[in-house]
Amino acid sequence: MGRSGTPPAMIEAVDVAKSFTLRRRAGRGPRRVRTTLSAVDGVSFTVGRGEFVGYLGPNGAGKSTTIKMLTGILTPSSGTLRVCGMDPSRERTALARRIGVVFGQRTTLWWDLPLRDSLTLIRRLYRVEASAHRRRLAELTALLELEPFLDTPVRQLSLGQRMRGDLAAALLHGPELLVLDEPTIGLDVVSKATVRGFLERLNAERGTTILLTTHDLGDIERLCRRVLIVDHGRLAFDGDLARLRQAVAADRMLVVELARPGPPVELDGIEVVRTEGPRQWLRLPRAANAAAVVAGLAERYEISDIALREADIEEVLAGLYRGDHAYTPTPP
Amino acid sequence: MGVFPWVTWFAFRRHTAYPLGSAAEALTNTVFGFIRASVLIGLWRARPHLGGYDQADAVTFCFLTQALIGPVQIFGGMELTQRIRSGDVAIDLYRPAGLQGWWLADDLGRAAGSLALRGGPPMVAGALVFPFHWPGPGGLAAFAAALALGVLVSFGLRYLMALAVFWLHDDRGLNAVALVMSLFFSGMIVPLVAFPGTLGTVARALPWAAQIQVPADVFLGKHSGAGLAGALAFQAMWAAALIGAGHLLTRAARRRLVIHGG
Amino acid sequence: MYALLAWTWTRAAAQYPVSMLLLSLATAVVGALDAVGIMLLFAHTPRIAGFTAAEVLFLYGTSALAFGISDILLGGAERLGQHVREGTLDALLVRPVSPLVQIATEDFSPRRFGKLLPAALVLGLALPRLDAPWTAGRVAMVPLMVACGTVIFAGLWVLAASLQFVLVDSHGATKSLTYGGAFLTQYPLTLFARDFVRGVTFAVPLAFVNWQPSLYVLDRPDPLGLPDAARFAAPAVAAVVCAVAAVAWRTGLRHYRSTGS
Repeated sequence: MGRSGTPPAMIEAVDVAKSFTLRRRAGRGPRRVRTTLSAVDGVSFTVGRGEFVGYLGPNGAGKSTTIKMLTGILTPSSGTLRVCGMDPSRERTALARRIGVVFGQRTTLWWDLPLRDSLTLIRRLYRVEASAHRRRLAELTALLELEPFLDTPVRQLSLGQRMRGDLAAALLHGPELLVLDEPTIGLDVVSKATVRGFLERLNAERGTTILLTTHDLGDIERLCRRVLIVDHGRLAFDGDLARLRQAVAADRMLVVELARPGPPVELDGIEVVRTEGPRQWLRLPRAANAAAVVAGLAERYEISDIALREADIEEVLAGLYRGDHAYTPTPP
Repeated sequence: MGVFPWVTWFAFRRHTAYPLGSAAEALTNTVFGFIRASVLIGLWRARPHLGGYDQADAVTFCFLTQALIGPVQIFGGMELTQRIRSGDVAIDLYRPAGLQGWWLADDLGRAAGSLALRGGPPMVAGALVFPFHWPGPGGLAAFAAALALGVLVSFGLRYLMALAVFWLHDDRGLNAVALVMSLFFSGMIVPLVAFPGTLGTVARALPWAAQIQVPADVFLGKHSGAGLAGALAFQAMWAAALIGAGHLLTRAARRRLVIHGG
Repeated sequence: MYALLAWTWTRAAAQYPVSMLLLSLATAVVGALDAVGIMLLFAHTPRIAGFTAAEVLFLYGTSALAFGISDILLGGAERLGQHVREGTLDALLVRPVSPLVQIATEDFSPRRFGKLLPAALVLGLALPRLDAPWTAGRVAMVPLMVACGTVIFAGLWVLAASLQFVLVDSHGATKSLTYGGAFLTQYPLTLFARDFVRGVTFAVPLAFVNWQPSLYVLDRPDPLGLPDAARFAAPAVAAVVCAVAAVAWRTGLRHYRSTGS
């Protein structure tokens, strides 16, 4: 699986699967039936050192389960998994020293302690040397702008501040791999920008490998050079964003500004999806020749402006999740 | 119909939503019942008619009080405390329904749910193993009234404790004191009838006696006629005093919230 | 590691010294209630189930001291079910230290020591009032039984926590084992039905926390008629309880990591 000529992979997953047994009440009465739920169903991928990978998928697709297996919280039902060359579930504590984990939905900090004390506890947990701790703390404090709220109890922090604190906590021991589960969820625009900027620098300057799950497409467009998409527990795509757009053959959008407002324009092979005064949005199938369409429009209508837009990543993903586009994963 | 019956009903549903957790609590209540009953039997063997109780009375008292731990919430606490600490209480205060009435309705639902799920097991288990003292239908009706008043007194006390969080930064010390008073003076450690001399007299006049000891005495048929009326009046007096104090404190809290913004 | 974490938490708590002192005192008073209860019982009679006030207070002191120390060390583990329910256990599992140590030290505060105060005080007052045939062996048995009792209770805390991996809502019931055990061992077992005493001797070995060793210290006959060796079996029993607790914890953790609860 590993690419030849590169150092050993950070994450190697081969046919990893996880299924849960659920006991559910069958109708009325105390009788319960067991059903098996397959959360992750044979996923294989490799993440090399220094990569920045986005791990996407609709809710319930198996993202969190994968993250939990990668970090050793859950034991896979089958398949083999190596993270930093270790088996996460067997060598959980040894692995914990080499990776950092952030859960966006819940903090790993201690609710009642000031952030500074939380970070001291982290230092104890990971047995970070005092001098190394001081150096990294100073660095992280500057980069994440922690100074103003270092002495505030975590429960009083805003979500953005808390996330920055969580990031610092996950990085104090200098991990090689950072795993983030929805790190920007619920953050405002400024906080998101701070977090993204920080992660970008961390990856570029430190070479820290980063794997993040997100629903925020801004995260993906800004950060992820590579995207993995899971759906129904299976890997649906592995590649970069440009290839993703191509692969799902998403439609493009032609925005036309007419000289004056009028009825929707008519032209073979296109469809007007929206009108707003003189402006009209035209869906352009991937197969259509944009130049020909523009020429055809110009012949019939008086046009003052025109713009061609690539499909939004959001639409691409929505289409993929809905199963609009027939797509078979191609080997990376 | 006003909103309060609905508050009560939803609270009842909420507190009966996890029967397994309640069953687990009831199991522990029962185990403690057995330990306490055995200890009291030891004492009543040495002093057969202590405090006007016979051995069956003492044992019944034991399991009854274990059954009432949940409904009367003898260990204290109220969800309102959390809402005050987090500031969510501002939402409650701006509702068109009174804060105290709302939480009283909620607490009654909680007590009923707790009685339904946690009341039975200790009583049944105790009655199966030891000689027990059951009241007649009249006694049962009187007990229902005494229990309802006991819940009101318990609410009155806990509501005052909860509102104190408006003024205190750290209420854990206050809670600890409240817990000591509640456990000791309600008769959970030793029945108040076994408190010697002046200590007993004082303990029986305090509001905590109205929570557990009085309902238990009514259950055991220790009061009748004017005595029963007096016991219920004693409970009602404490309930009215505590809820009245809660009403005044609510007004003060509302003023404080308006002026200081929480 | 445990000490380091506990110390860090203590320092955090020490930022509010007045509050901490008051809380320690309050904890002490709550702990003293049971002793007050025992004294109230003995206000009416010199002996209960054949035991004097000093003897019962001796049992209370040894039991409360052992339970108090075990509570300081591992009592926090009873919150395991809460961590599982709220999903916060995951955050503990991504750290390189046993989740048991992390949960046990969480919110560690000197106020927990408040519980030891009434226990030590009562034990100190009861010991000289005992009518025991003091020998070197009997004197040595007192600290030994507190130590063994501590270990047995520590095992019970871990057992109770392990159960919560599988039965998340069982916290209410496991309190029977821990707090119930602590309450039970404050009294002479002669108060209880014979089958019940067999249960807490052979099934849940609470009788070895302080009862069996006390029979030796006070030179009393065993109501169950067990051989004298039982009076010295506490260390062995403590070792067995710990072994069982360790296996239960590992099993529980494995169960969690394969089901995700």
